[in-house]
Amino acid sequence: MKSRNNEQQMSFRTRAANFFTAVNKKYFIIYAVITLTVVLSFLSDSFLSVHNIINILRQSSMIAIIAVGVFFTIVSAGIDISVGSTVALAGIIMAKVLVDYSAPVFVGVLAGLAVGVAIGFINGYLVTKRRIPAFVATLGMMGAVRGLTYVITNAYPVSGLPKGIYFIGRGYVGPIPVPVIIMVVVYAGAYVIAEHTRIGRFIFAIGGNEEASHLSGIKVDRYKLFAYMTSGGLAALSGIILVSRLASGQPNAGIGYEFEAITAAVVGGTSLYGGKGTIPGVFLGAIFIAILLNGMVLLNISSYYQQMLKGIVLILAVMIDVARNADH
Amino acid sequence: MDMSMSMSMSREAILQVKGMRKEFPGVLALENVDFSVQQGEVRALVGENGAGKSTLIKILTGVYQPDGGELLFKGRKTTIAGPLAGQQMGISVVHQELNLIEDLSICENIFLGRPLLKKAFPHLIDWQLMNRESSALLERLKVALDVGEKVKNLSVAQKQIVEIAKALSYNCEIMIMDEPSATLTENELQVLFDVIFELKRQGVTIVYISHRLEEIFKIADTVTVLRDGRHIVTGKVADTDRSELIRSMVGRSMDNEYPKRSGVIGDTLLEVSHFTSSRLKDVSLQLKSGEILGVAGLVGAGRTELARAIFGADRKDGGTLLLRGKEEKIHAVSDAVRKGLGLVPEERKNDGLVLGMTLRENISLTKIEKVENSVLLSPAKELKLSNEYIQKLRIITPGPEQLVKNLSGGNQQKVVLAKWLVADSDILIFDEPTRGIDVGAKYEIYLLLNELVQAGKSIIMISSELPELLGMSDRIIVMHEGKITGELSREEADQEKIMNLAAG
Ligand SMILES: Nc1ncnc2c1ncn2[C@@H]1O[C@H](COP(=O)(O)OP(=O)(O)OP(=O)(O)O)[C@@H](O)[C@H]1O
Ligand SMILES: [Mg+2]
Repeated sequence: MKSRNNEQQMSFRTRAANFFTAVNKKYFIIYAVITLTVVLSFLSDSFLSVHNIINILRQSSMIAIIAVGVFFTIVSAGIDISVGSTVALAGIIMAKVLVDYSAPVFVGVLAGLAVGVAIGFINGYLVTKRRIPAFVATLGMMGAVRGLTYVITNAYPVSGLPKGIYFIGRGYVGPIPVPVIIMVVVYAGAYVIAEHTRIGRFIFAIGGNEEASHLSGIKVDRYKLFAYMTSGGLAALSGIILVSRLASGQPNAGIGYEFEAITAAVVGGTSLYGGKGTIPGVFLGAIFIAILLNGMVLLNISSYYQQMLKGIVLILAVMIDVARNADH
Repeated sequence: MDMSMSMSMSREAILQVKGMRKEFPGVLALENVDFSVQQGEVRALVGENGAGKSTLIKILTGVYQPDGGELLFKGRKTTIAGPLAGQQMGISVVHQELNLIEDLSICENIFLGRPLLKKAFPHLIDWQLMNRESSALLERLKVALDVGEKVKNLSVAQKQIVEIAKALSYNCEIMIMDEPSATLTENELQVLFDVIFELKRQGVTIVYISHRLEEIFKIADTVTVLRDGRHIVTGKVADTDRSELIRSMVGRSMDNEYPKRSGVIGDTLLEVSHFTSSRLKDVSLQLKSGEILGVAGLVGAGRTELARAIFGADRKDGGTLLLRGKEEKIHAVSDAVRKGLGLVPEERKNDGLVLGMTLRENISLTKIEKVENSVLLSPAKELKLSNEYIQKLRIITPGPEQLVKNLSGGNQQKVVLAKWLVADSDILIFDEPTRGIDVGAKYEIYLLLNELVQAGKSIIMISSELPELLGMSDRIIVMHEGKITGELSREEADQEKIMNLAAG
């Protein structure tokens, strides 16, 4: 009973085929980003300028941060489409705390984050303890939370924020915008959690086979709850950045963000079937979409087409995901 | 067994492969394999886990394309482009894992994806015709089942028959069965055998894979042995015997299939009293340290339910559990695991493994702290642990990074075992531990069970293979319809007594 580990005996053809499938599966998004970059740098002179690159990173940061949370929910074989509404409510609550109660900036930020985590907790509770399908639970929350935002504000923006908050959305450290730094920190943390801790390992296991994970003694509900609370918290963080950039809390903020965040995750190779995906992939997915949008702006393509293209990209990405799953 | 290849050459083969070769990353699954079957014969295909049996039949049915060699169907060279092409040619397969949709009826499953349509209104499904056709198929197999019944309400054996009927519905001339008996108990086996004899009478050629060698002597005309991806021998079943077959499979002889153990049985470790649930009726049992308690019974007797109830996986309506004399409330699987219980589940694909993860990732799911340095996972510890168990259980894999879904069925089963050995539980419940495992590897597993109990751990072993229960248990309890109908000591137990108690 020896293991037949005969690398040398493998034909070139098989090895080549293996190589390409591995590339297709894991690194598809890298090639997509490179190709797009090359194409756009030919079409537009300003595309590859340092200024524009920093611009792309800053533009992508909010969606990219949300996509990390959405990533964890998708990997656990769920989804979170309430993130766009969470962006708005967290921002509004922070703005209200700062404006109405003249609270210190960090208190406002904590209040905003707490709102996001609480929404995530409710989502997680509905999904785990009440067994509501994630799509429906978070769709309901998407509507309810947006509604609450309008109720609180009467649909008027909250303005008059203290200057102290501006740094988060508009500040720079050297040449780097603060939102980009926040994004990098979030990705670094998420990478460690996803790849190097039991939390990540268990979330992947749950998404891959929930029953087997449960029967291994994993506290499935606890880890799913973690995924949804992370998603809510990171959406809130994005909402805080947005308020700070706009210098006001907008009840309409974040509409459609769930769409872009899910697209970023899926384009980056996160499988909607659960159990598969990588944090670097999600990052590249978010960058890919930002480049695409940036390129279209540089080329003066109307925003209606941008909207269309985003939809098409999402569908194409899911098609790839479905095809990958079909060959097993 | 003499090299009687000549026998199978005398008439023209209906299906033949020559010089077949198939590679996977890091694995040469088939190397220069010749294989041919004649019309109407029942051919057994045997070999160790990972020998290449499933791979060979996947090539014969168009699931995989070979990397070399040729395939002849009725004497003509062909390629089989895909599973559908294979079925249309008349080659059907019942795979190692069942592929039925539980919520659909028998009839819907049989005609899944290709409904029969009304002649007059070709957009409408002709349910009457489909019902008639599927009833006719079941009749052909001489089994009485209502084709409108949902598949989830069927026993495993009945599901197996639906798979066979589905395969038959493609006018099949060759029926290939990959370990169809692995999930069946002795009684149900007879149903399957009757179906096979009936098919054979109708001239259908059958290729039958099994690790239960006694079956081969009951139903097969000829047998082919594969080892390490190579063809070892093909010959008449009548010309060989069990020990010769084992010798060609594992490359050495095995005189004793059940290793002896020398251990002392200690105090009572686990005491289950009056367990009651929808499937259990007042079940009580005791387990001592250093003991293997066998649990016998027919499928549906409540053995798996008992295991799951002890393990906290299912709700129970009443009953208490004592561990080392102290009452423990086990509400969830995680409680059970923390208190030193383990359950190796029956269904490895659904309950045992995360198929899309690597061997390395699966193996530590039960006790992740073993591979952690404070809060971070340690790649070095993970590697060490997986390599340790790959060696210990002789798992055939290119390495720890192999996705579990790419392992052969028996090697997947070994990963499930490894997972629970890693957990280091004091009480291990094994639900059909050797399902799909070859004779050689079974022996290794029995040695391992002995090692565990000799170290003072306790084992509850549920098995549908009576020889295994009789060979390994210190004590056997028998269940019937959710009740314990009897208990037999190692000395008094025999097949007949067990079967009587199992029948209620
Ligand atoms: N899709 C795959 N990718 C990679 N390796 C594979 C794949 N399928 C099979 N193998 C490998 O090929 C070898 C032969 O596997 P196969 O499934 O044919 O064994 P088997 O004889 O059916 O074993 P068992 O009795 O355990 O079912 C094994 O080493 C297995 O790990
Ligand atoms: Mg197999």
